[in-house]
Amino acid sequence: MSRPETIFALATAPGRAGVAVIRISGPQAGAALQALCGKLPKPRQAARVRFCDPLGGQPLDDGLALWFPAPGSFTGEDVAELQGHGGKAVIDSLLSALCTLPGLRPAEPGEFTRRAFENGKLDLTQAEGLADLINAETEAQHRQALRQMDGALARLFDGWRSDLIRHLAHLEAFIDFPDEPIPDHLDQAVRAGISALAGAMSAHLADGHRGERIRDGLYIAVVGAPNAGKSSLVNALARREAAIVSAAAGTTRDVIEVHLDLGGYPVILADTAGLREAAEEVEAEGIRRALQRAENADLRLAVFDAGLAPGWDQTTLALIDDRTEVILNKTETTSLPEDLRIAGRRPHRISAAGGQGMAGLLAALTDRVRSLLETQGAPALTRQRHRVALEECVESLQRSLTAPDLELMAEDLRLAARALGRITGRVEVDDLLDVIFRDFCIGK
Amino acid sequence: MNDSFDVIVVGGGHAGTEAAAAAARMGAKTLLLTHKLETVGEMSCNPAIGGLAKGHLVREIDALDGVMARAIDRGGIQFRMLNQSKGPAVRGPRAQADRKLYRQAVQDILRETENLTQWAAAVEDLILADDNRVIGVKTADGRSIGAGAVVLTTGTFLRGLIHLGEQTWPAGRIDEAPALGLSVTLERLALRLGRLKTGTPARLDGRTIDWAGLEMQPGDDPPQPFSFLTDRITTPQIACGITYTTDQTHQIIRDNIHRSPMYSGQIQSVGPRYCPSVEDKIVRFADKERHQVFLEPEGLDDPTVYPNGISTSLPAEVQDALIHSIPGLEQVVILRPGYAIEYDFVDPRELRPSLEVQKAPGLFLAGQINGTTGYEEAGAQGLVAGVNAALLASGADRDDAFVPDRADGYLGVMIDDLVTLGTQEPYRMFTSRAEYRLLLRADNADLRLTPMGMEAGVISNARAAAFVAKREALDEARARMQALTATPKELAAAGLHVNQDGVRRSALDLFSYQTVTWQTLNTLWPELMEIPPAVAEQLEIEGRYAGYLNRQTTDIAAYRKDEGLSLPDDLDYATVGSLSAEIRLKLTNARPATLGAAARIPGMTPAALTALLGHVKKMKKSAA
Repeated sequence: MSRPETIFALATAPGRAGVAVIRISGPQAGAALQALCGKLPKPRQAARVRFCDPLGGQPLDDGLALWFPAPGSFTGEDVAELQGHGGKAVIDSLLSALCTLPGLRPAEPGEFTRRAFENGKLDLTQAEGLADLINAETEAQHRQALRQMDGALARLFDGWRSDLIRHLAHLEAFIDFPDEPIPDHLDQAVRAGISALAGAMSAHLADGHRGERIRDGLYIAVVGAPNAGKSSLVNALARREAAIVSAAAGTTRDVIEVHLDLGGYPVILADTAGLREAAEEVEAEGIRRALQRAENADLRLAVFDAGLAPGWDQTTLALIDDRTEVILNKTETTSLPEDLRIAGRRPHRISAAGGQGMAGLLAALTDRVRSLLETQGAPALTRQRHRVALEECVESLQRSLTAPDLELMAEDLRLAARALGRITGRVEVDDLLDVIFRDFCIGK
Repeated sequence: MNDSFDVIVVGGGHAGTEAAAAAARMGAKTLLLTHKLETVGEMSCNPAIGGLAKGHLVREIDALDGVMARAIDRGGIQFRMLNQSKGPAVRGPRAQADRKLYRQAVQDILRETENLTQWAAAVEDLILADDNRVIGVKTADGRSIGAGAVVLTTGTFLRGLIHLGEQTWPAGRIDEAPALGLSVTLERLALRLGRLKTGTPARLDGRTIDWAGLEMQPGDDPPQPFSFLTDRITTPQIACGITYTTDQTHQIIRDNIHRSPMYSGQIQSVGPRYCPSVEDKIVRFADKERHQVFLEPEGLDDPTVYPNGISTSLPAEVQDALIHSIPGLEQVVILRPGYAIEYDFVDPRELRPSLEVQKAPGLFLAGQINGTTGYEEAGAQGLVAGVNAALLASGADRDDAFVPDRADGYLGVMIDDLVTLGTQEPYRMFTSRAEYRLLLRADNADLRLTPMGMEAGVISNARAAAFVAKREALDEARARMQALTATPKELAAAGLHVNQDGVRRSALDLFSYQTVTWQTLNTLWPELMEIPPAVAEQLEIEGRYAGYLNRQTTDIAAYRKDEGLSLPDDLDYATVGSLSAEIRLKLTNARPATLGAAARIPGMTPAALTALLGHVKKMKKSAA
């Protein structure tokens, strides 16, 4: 097998922690450490160093460096650890500096754990983090990456994805259906399309990501029936009157976003319109947006009115899944059995207006946010990861244009689709077949 | 029980014949039960075998010593290697068959197979033990026959319903009765059943076709055989005709579209998108001026012609009019009309990767009953089911089942797709489904699969010996080519310009240069001319794809790692905490065999996989 690449990642959760730890693993780890600190510390001993930009030489941060030569390390490979100050700017500059070093790339989620597992450093029963090992390739992981982008950027990537799918599908049709009357000049059209796509991506990479906004923080949508107390909950969490709260159902017609610091972690809390049969157009639009935010959120808070038990709102019930916390509001108005379940979950019981149960809810949410942020990774790293994936995509697209045979051209396009899929969600065979049978009349 | 066998195979189509022959080759005492012995090996739809991806499957069946490739080599009357102008990974062999010769060849091969008995009988029911284990079958004439394992390959016979215009009637194939009892049995086992649709065109009398004005498509000369064991094709070869639909054809269809069961709402079930009826083509691609129709003779001494491309279920008189509007067919005599057929299939997520039904140990399913379409797809499943039925009947552990994976062959891709994802439409193989396409070629099916087959015990001695000899010749020639090297200077002297980097390149390395051919190499090293052509071709492909193949090899290693984490097959997903209802349902339906397969289910989330893994770890701990 080929020599493993050297990977790096932020090992501490992004947020306001005092210290940030960046871990580097792989054959180039020692060289990277040397490039950044000017020296290699003694194995397994912390050394105070100044981190400098390997290209320009300007100082980036003061901190500690640790050096664990293989195999006596977490992953079993050469591992270097940089401990710097936790500020966002410092972390960003260190991660960017690492990206410029040859043979280094940002780690995929779970990649450290995977390497540790493969080198016999973890066994199945021991590794709680082994779940990460399988996270990296799931569809949801990619959706999560998209959720971190703002709307325009997500649309740009999605557009590229459908372009790439179309080109690949047309080429696959050419390969798979030789007896069908598929236009002869199709591969010329595909070539032109790929060339344009590679150009657009290169331009995006070259303009220094102007306008590329990865959200710094988790997106939490508060959903529920009108008047269930969503806005009161948002206000209680934000400790200010962010949303207009009134007793008339349907007050919040658009989505109101509040930036919060939840136990040291950055969070965007979205107060959404109440879910019900809309009386008028403006409200209907508000509900449509509410559902869209709920769909895209990292975490959802489903709020129910205790006074309405057990006639829970069906629309809100339908939204409950793995990434939903169920909240029972207005518990002060009624007494419900202790073991009450909503959609099989034990709800957090609170009174947003009176403040009962809020401390417990806050602690639970903080825990949840921490674990989510740990799997999601730092926004700076997400940016770097996107960059690497996009560069790989462009490279494969360009190689496809010089491939000597159609099936090799298709192979390069498949690799391009896989790289882009790491940002936008995996390209499945069915995505291709849908295009083939839509665009061509196949049927011998 | 009146009799007893190790393995009983129900159905004599392409899945059934491969299953029976494979079980028998494994040494199991095997019984093939079918409605009529004369129709064993019948091609009930188009008279052709192979094509892109399908031809790959036939080569894989052959690599495992199956029947199909040898039979088409005897019954084929027009052989073409598709995509000859493209690279070797996407070339697929295809052949038109003389239906009678093909059927005869299948029947001959089965008759010569040891350990195999064939009886004509309709199977009415399965015999179940108390724990749902299948221990035999009951026939319509009242016999009970015991078995260690049963393979069901009932094709479109499960509650088959034929549609022809406004008429419908229950049937398996035209003029053959459907199997009704078995559907009830499968329902009793609480298997999820779905309904699919497929269609077939009218059959024409070739003597009344005006061939003079038609475009003719000859086969390759010389024809290339399917089987690795066939030296050359000796059956006489013919050409096929090509004609096109006309404006008038389209008008007739548009005027009568309300009488098509597809459009009147009479048929609700899903048909294949890649094999649309002619009425579908006209409606969905309204701006296309004409559609191709291939006129495929069904035999050397059989005047029947199969008009490929105009499958339809319009009423007979409309079919009559539309066919007569096609050039060359103005005076044609229609032997029988086309029709659509709806049939039951079992959601293949009910199966293990060995094709055994999870809820009914000892019962295997293969072919259209699993939601696939095509002789080749059916045959490949039949072979795998037959091997596994024989293994189970011999008392082998389920962990030792014969399960080729996605990197072993198209049959592995197909079975993994079916048992993990299920299917919404009749499943057909395409090369685009294979992620390791450059490796899974028709030319190297034997190198990929014959060793696996030898280990399982399904390969005859004759084939094993031929294979080992071929592999040795290949290894020897490869080593020889790696040993022959030249400096850039020496190459330049021979007219081949590479980077002047002083690095010696081997004869094999040189194939990565597009301009290099065997002729170039033979000029440099005349001794290479001794390498036999088949071996030489293989080495050239390896050399040309080398860069890409190395990357795929790395990908395959990663894929196989994730397949190594197996999930217990008695896992109760209801007891796994914190799964959403939707994901719980998906997992319960698919019962993925490995964590890797679970991750391939669309909509799966990291949180769900984490929960699953945590649960399994707890189970293993408490069991320890």
